[in-house]
Amino acid sequence: MNAYVGTPTSRVDGRAKVTGTAKYAGEFTANGLVHGFVVAATIPRGRIARLDTSEALRVTGVLDVLTHTHRPPLADKDEAWMDEVAPDEGSPFRPLYDDNIKFNGQPIALVVAEDWETAKFAATLVHVEYQEGAFGTDLEAGRDKAIEVQGPHKPRGDAAGALAGAAVRHEADYFIPTEHHNPMELFATTVVWDGNGRITVYDKTQGVQNVHKYLCGVFGKKPDDIRVLSPYVGGAFGSGLRPQYQVVLATLGALALKRSVRVVLTRQQMYGLGHRPATIERVGLGAKPDGTLEAVAHEATAVTSRYEDFSRNDSGWAEQLYRSPNSRYSHKLVRLDVSTPCDMRAPGAASGVCALECAMDELAVALKLDPLELRLKCYSDRDQSEDLPYTSKQLRECYARGAEAFGWSKRNPTPRSMRDDKELVGWGMATGVWEALQMPVAVRIVLTANGHAEVYCAASDIGTGTYTIVAQVAADALGLPIESISVKLADSTLPQAPVEGGSWMAASSAHAVLGAAEDIRRELARLAKTMPASPLGGVDAADVILVDGTIAKAGDKGRAVSIADAMRYGKLERIEKHKLNHFAEDKSHARNTHSAVFAEVKIDEQLGVIRVTRVVSAVAAGRILNTKTGRSQIMGGVVWGIGMALHEETVTDHRFGRIMNANIAEYHIPVNADIHDIEVIFVEERDDRINALGVKGLGEIGIVGVPAAIANAVYHATGKRIRRFPITLDKLLA
Amino acid sequence: MADAANQIANRIPTNLVVNGVGRTLDLVPWTTLLDALRDHLGLTGTKKGCDHGQCGACTVLVDGRRVNSCLTLAVMKDGAEITTVEGLARDGALHPLQQAFIDHDAFQCGYCTPGQICSATGLLAEGHASDADEIRELMSGNLCRCGAYPNIVAAIQQAMGQP
Repeated sequence: MNAYVGTPTSRVDGRAKVTGTAKYAGEFTANGLVHGFVVAATIPRGRIARLDTSEALRVTGVLDVLTHTHRPPLADKDEAWMDEVAPDEGSPFRPLYDDNIKFNGQPIALVVAEDWETAKFAATLVHVEYQEGAFGTDLEAGRDKAIEVQGPHKPRGDAAGALAGAAVRHEADYFIPTEHHNPMELFATTVVWDGNGRITVYDKTQGVQNVHKYLCGVFGKKPDDIRVLSPYVGGAFGSGLRPQYQVVLATLGALALKRSVRVVLTRQQMYGLGHRPATIERVGLGAKPDGTLEAVAHEATAVTSRYEDFSRNDSGWAEQLYRSPNSRYSHKLVRLDVSTPCDMRAPGAASGVCALECAMDELAVALKLDPLELRLKCYSDRDQSEDLPYTSKQLRECYARGAEAFGWSKRNPTPRSMRDDKELVGWGMATGVWEALQMPVAVRIVLTANGHAEVYCAASDIGTGTYTIVAQVAADALGLPIESISVKLADSTLPQAPVEGGSWMAASSAHAVLGAAEDIRRELARLAKTMPASPLGGVDAADVILVDGTIAKAGDKGRAVSIADAMRYGKLERIEKHKLNHFAEDKSHARNTHSAVFAEVKIDEQLGVIRVTRVVSAVAAGRILNTKTGRSQIMGGVVWGIGMALHEETVTDHRFGRIMNANIAEYHIPVNADIHDIEVIFVEERDDRINALGVKGLGEIGIVGVPAAIANAVYHATGKRIRRFPITLDKLLA
Repeated sequence: MADAANQIANRIPTNLVVNGVGRTLDLVPWTTLLDALRDHLGLTGTKKGCDHGQCGACTVLVDGRRVNSCLTLAVMKDGAEITTVEGLARDGALHPLQQAFIDHDAFQCGYCTPGQICSATGLLAEGHASDADEIRELMSGNLCRCGAYPNIVAAIQQAMGQP
């Protein structure tokens, strides 16, 4: 019974969000709450020579100033600081741990005062002297010092030789700058002091249990001493996967003062958190004159910090998309004096596929082939790295449906050939790909005799719609109206869930709900069948379903018992089932989501102003649990892709190792006027193998390919190939 | 040299009519209207996204006009009528814009949403927007990082009675 799954159900948390009652981490309060304000380092590397807090401490209302020499104890072993998604290599950052400065913007003191204004003011009176060290923050200047780390796939054949001997060849560097997530909500933590060393932590995080385990390790606490909640998260996009430093500082403050403490970062301070690493993507493609690929060589050189090696799969995605007998995919890191990069929407793929798809466009131009025709010519039905078929791959259909909706067949291939009045018109396309991941998740469902069910899970909803899809799946599985389902998420005491990321939470949480609901169905079926004169007496338990608030025979709703009657008969007020769902291991097939993206740009040639007037994104991602919120997620990904193509860049003055646009006005993200028509097409993709519902996840796939489609459209409009992102008007006019 | 640590100003009594209810606060002069609402009145529906007038998350209506409350000192609005997102629904019935935002899924994380809705309320009162292009332009002071812009435009059009 699917009354809700697959439908455009409105968000169940919509009312809370439009009325302002949804509470975010920095909005919880407590008796005697005090406020912390962070003092951040202004050099990228060195030591704190002197830290004078005396003047700040004299301000009326200031309670304490915590520093590396004046704070409660912190763990001294790296293992304690390693969270669930920490890089394997390196030592995680420890805020206020010692006098070492590892990056500009590193927190060096926390001023705690009775009110926020006082703390903010007093923070200006903390005086710091540094012993500055030699530093580097420039990827391109450090490229020759790059170290090779493990690449995404083993090489196949002889890519270098095949590339050198190819009839048609394209090789180029593409530069992706540092980007920051900039969720609208400022990073914040409110620690409520419960007494006797116990605390309740409201944190902006994508994983409450990750933060819980981390805090227990860092502060040497027992699991029962700490509870972490994040009922609403004002966007995160990867920035909340790892515990961020404000949660450590707020906890330090609470332990030091034995009071409730709130710490909210400023927008500027958030540029000291993680980021999408600046990356030089070198792509080489070699082909026969008919477009058959002979070689793919993709080498990514990315920034990491000096204290952790962060790397993702940037370079390996051609392995999923394009048939080639020879391939080499490698990843290099340049260790610089910056904070460790972290996952940012479609980490690796957003950057790497951008370069790959620009390169494919350039190869198509060199071959005098239509860019879409080239992709179809090289289409791979197998994941070449492991030589595996896919659980499902409707990418051909994405190309066809997207091209038709966009009107691709009307494209004049010659650059600068299309105009609209004074504007040049360009049409470009690209492919998107991401992984269809799934993780163990547990839920608890409590069904009460009045026909209401509560679903509990530690997973977060960061705007992705987890509350809503969990309610939809539970309502269908239990045969109840969605209004009778309450969903409680993002509390570390609830059944286990990993961080919300990687596009895995929809499939993972939905199947946990199915598992717990199945246990409830079985128990209700057993009860109903044993009732005196039960209409389900002779019915096989496997044929009993839950529908319309009843326990009924499948296909014969007339033979039914109400849930309330069955529970009354069994003298049950409630049925509670806890289920940890594991997905069966299946190494026989590759699992991916795909998209075909078509973009139109209009460019004022005199001013170089670029408008993205149309984007069509055709997505194949298995079953779409909610076509309304799912469409929004893809649309949001497209907006991110527009930002990546045209707007977003964290600019560092490498002479000072300092970010120059650490605010949300000079770090440009798309505004409403930048966004025009976006059409999302969900291509039907039935997948019986990946999981019971055939769900793959949507969080990342929406952005992948979009920057390249726009860059390719800019080339088509102007004849200029800009390989250094973002494509700004100065680069077009140069 | 004067001791900077002792330069905290005196508090100033400030009267605000917030969502129809008169409130009196004793505020230091640098308290923004945003912090007065969130920290002093517990009205956390109004959001802080940048504190610099760059994102619009803090948009409220002051005497019917939309303003960035983070750029507004509370003491300068003595006597003003303030409407926040908490004041839009009437007797449990959502404001047409609130309903339209739900209908069109005009948000994801929800953090910019109160500012978007207050800004759209001001926009409708101004009467300058007649089509989607003008809505886009006049709503561009309100950032949405989730990228719900097309749905926000559609929601505003619904509230304007446009198809």
